[in-house]
Amino acid sequence: MQTIKTDVLIIGAGGGGLRAAIAAAEANPSITIAQVSKVYPMRSHTVAAEGGAAGVIQDHDDVQYHFDDTVSGGDWLCDQDVVDYFVRHATEENMRLEHWGCPWSRKPDGRVNVRAFGGMKIERTWFAADKTGFHILHTLFQTSLKFPQITRYNEYFCTNLLVKDGVVQGVLAIDIANGTFVTFLAKSVIIATGGAGRVYRFNTNGGIVTGDGMAMAYRAGVPLRDMEFVQYHPTGLPGTGILMTEGCRGEGGILTNTDGYRYLQDYALGPETPIGEPKNKYMELGPRDRLSQAFWHEEKKGRVINTDRGTAVNLDLRHLGEAKINERLPFIRELAKSYVGVDPVYAPIPVRPTVHYTMGGIQTNIRAETPMTGLYAVGECASSGLHGANRLGSNSLAELGVFGRVAGEQAALHAKQADMPQMEDVQDQVNEQKARWLALRSAKGTENPAHIRKELADVMEAGVGIYRLSSELDSTKEKLASLQERYRNIGLNDGTNVFNTEWLYAIELGFLLDVGEAMVHSASGRTESRGSHQRLDGFETRNDVDFLKHTLAYWQPGSAPKTAYQDVVITTSQPATRAYGDAANKKGS
Amino acid sequence: MSTVHVPSTIKITVQRYRPELDDKPWQQAFEVPYHFDLSVLESLNYIKDNLDSSLSFRWSCRMAICGSCGFMINGVPKLGCKTFLRDYLEQGHITIAALDNFPIEKDLVADISGFVEKLETVKPYLIRKQEKPLSEGEYLQTPAEVARYKQFSQCINCGLCYAACPQFGRNPEFLGPAALALAYRYNKDSRDQGSSERMPFLNSEQGVWSCTFVGYCSEVCPKHVDPAAAINQGKLDSTLDYGLNLIGMAGGK
Repeated sequence: MQTIKTDVLIIGAGGGGLRAAIAAAEANPSITIAQVSKVYPMRSHTVAAEGGAAGVIQDHDDVQYHFDDTVSGGDWLCDQDVVDYFVRHATEENMRLEHWGCPWSRKPDGRVNVRAFGGMKIERTWFAADKTGFHILHTLFQTSLKFPQITRYNEYFCTNLLVKDGVVQGVLAIDIANGTFVTFLAKSVIIATGGAGRVYRFNTNGGIVTGDGMAMAYRAGVPLRDMEFVQYHPTGLPGTGILMTEGCRGEGGILTNTDGYRYLQDYALGPETPIGEPKNKYMELGPRDRLSQAFWHEEKKGRVINTDRGTAVNLDLRHLGEAKINERLPFIRELAKSYVGVDPVYAPIPVRPTVHYTMGGIQTNIRAETPMTGLYAVGECASSGLHGANRLGSNSLAELGVFGRVAGEQAALHAKQADMPQMEDVQDQVNEQKARWLALRSAKGTENPAHIRKELADVMEAGVGIYRLSSELDSTKEKLASLQERYRNIGLNDGTNVFNTEWLYAIELGFLLDVGEAMVHSASGRTESRGSHQRLDGFETRNDVDFLKHTLAYWQPGSAPKTAYQDVVITTSQPATRAYGDAANKKGS
Repeated sequence: MSTVHVPSTIKITVQRYRPELDDKPWQQAFEVPYHFDLSVLESLNYIKDNLDSSLSFRWSCRMAICGSCGFMINGVPKLGCKTFLRDYLEQGHITIAALDNFPIEKDLVADISGFVEKLETVKPYLIRKQEKPLSEGEYLQTPAEVARYKQFSQCINCGLCYAACPQFGRNPEFLGPAALALAYRYNKDSRDQGSSERMPFLNSEQGVWSCTFVGYCSEVCPKHVDPAAAINQGKLDSTLDYGLNLIGMAGGK
């Protein structure tokens, strides 16, 4: 069995992982870096991000505004030291991407252009038309090729962290091309595996977004933090869940219900703004949690549109005109035409809320460190404390730059003083885990894993959705426990070594189940409403006395997770009423 | 369209190849429930979840941006997620196979490692004689300057153009459409000063001159990158570079 030693190992090759690799290589050119990913880097889900990356750049903007928008957008569950560091470094990271070739959209004078985004007081979202994530990912991947220290292990599927006495030693992985196991020994390990949107039925996420890194860290004893906070993006295509960027509304797109009425004015986001004159933090430029909640209410009122693909409201871009749509939103036009047969130049696009982003993840601090020595996490898989209870659009792409760099530098620094782990220290775990995964590959139980995966996704949607009830949370908990039981009785049919995706999907299903359990149990314990976590069972308001706290979920072998709480870091912004539209002015903020 | 009978199920033939079990690729037929939105990718997922879980194929974003799910669909290279069964009702059959011109790893999984290595060799990153400090802000680039390379920056690395390229089929060493278009993308970026570093391989036997301008690569490109145009514009640049070299003036931008 192959063993590979490396100073720094990065699981994942999306925006966060690639930025970390470059940072590590720049911080210490003499180290070796292994970039281990279950897909080729350009397949990573960063590729699908559309709207942009935040960073203060206009003269009349200020990092203090970005801080305030982020903290109130997160309903005061953000760690404010982390937000402060983020807003002070986001612009330089966006600029660095410019220097590396990212084709940011420009103003006529050649300077970088910015667009409006939800919950942001000033336009500060840098964009590359509506394929910002695609361009950032390709720019980072291509730039990473300059560094011979970085070795890519494409299509290697990581299954376990290897740990000794609370210190990470490396990773066990499967070389997908031939089904063999590889042990990576590393002084520092960075998890950059993205989110877990595939826990849900309708989502904007790619099939690979299965919470792998979260589950690996969780099973190794690292807590998953704030997992109850799952973002529903208000504008996904019905049926598929494909994302229609918030940039549509940033450019002036409007949302209307079945009566053609701009219903957001009924949900403390108004008054109605004139069509073609979007106003920051009003109406369609409110935050994602509020907009998705408004859809939920409209649906209850019977004011949504019934389409062949499910209920929806209209995202109307027609008034932008063909030229602007082609310049700013060409991908949206292509996607709407292909997947719902609508050309937004001539007709509104049907949209509905769809799961998009996990605010929670592996607990990290301002240095991207997890509680485990030598282990770091960055991007959607991490809970850095940046997003709180609701992420603002365009903060996550910027986060990949800011904390990708931090993770890479910290991992390089740690590797400099740490000893290389020894195979004999992890041999037992490797043998044990390898045997376990091989047994799974030839499992002959009676359950079809694909059916379990679908039931998981449906029950999460039903029980841990936009609004939550204790009765539904309880039934979801029970259902997940029974799905875990059935998972232990799955049967697989392939049994071959080469590119056995049935086997990999089965491993991913185990990850999804564990992450889903962390979500539902965390949601159940939070008896308040905050940001994306809204309850309808007597806990409809925010409770800062008891819940100005992060939830920590700890994995328990064979049973439900245990939860604990951690104080939120408050520096300068004391919790206040979170308001948008004219209501924000009334409270004087 | 209205004259075509809308079926309740549709027959899909899939190429199988499991190197540990099969001497050569073979065909397996499946009946899949039909609906108007059914994409080739969704039909494959249906097969894997319900009919034969051993079938392997790559996929992820299902929105034509990650480049994973390129297949030969009735002999034409296409993205599975953006190809719909409704467009094959008149033909009455649909056959899905791994991308042409690549070795097959398993079933519909093509071995694209050589293709990705080619992308990596063309120095696809900004090369500057001197880096400007971040504190001095962006390299100015007008919308017109962006437009000179933007189209060539849209490549999703799906490999359809390699499956379409007869030259690559004959000569796997040929750098090929996507890699050459990527080099051209950076050569045309006003921020870049590295075109002379890319010229040796663009000019080499496996570079632009191997292209016989069939143009099928551009026809199948799902992102309208038009690699054929990039390659042929690259031939012009290559000729200019050759001429400048003769008089000792090459090396600049």
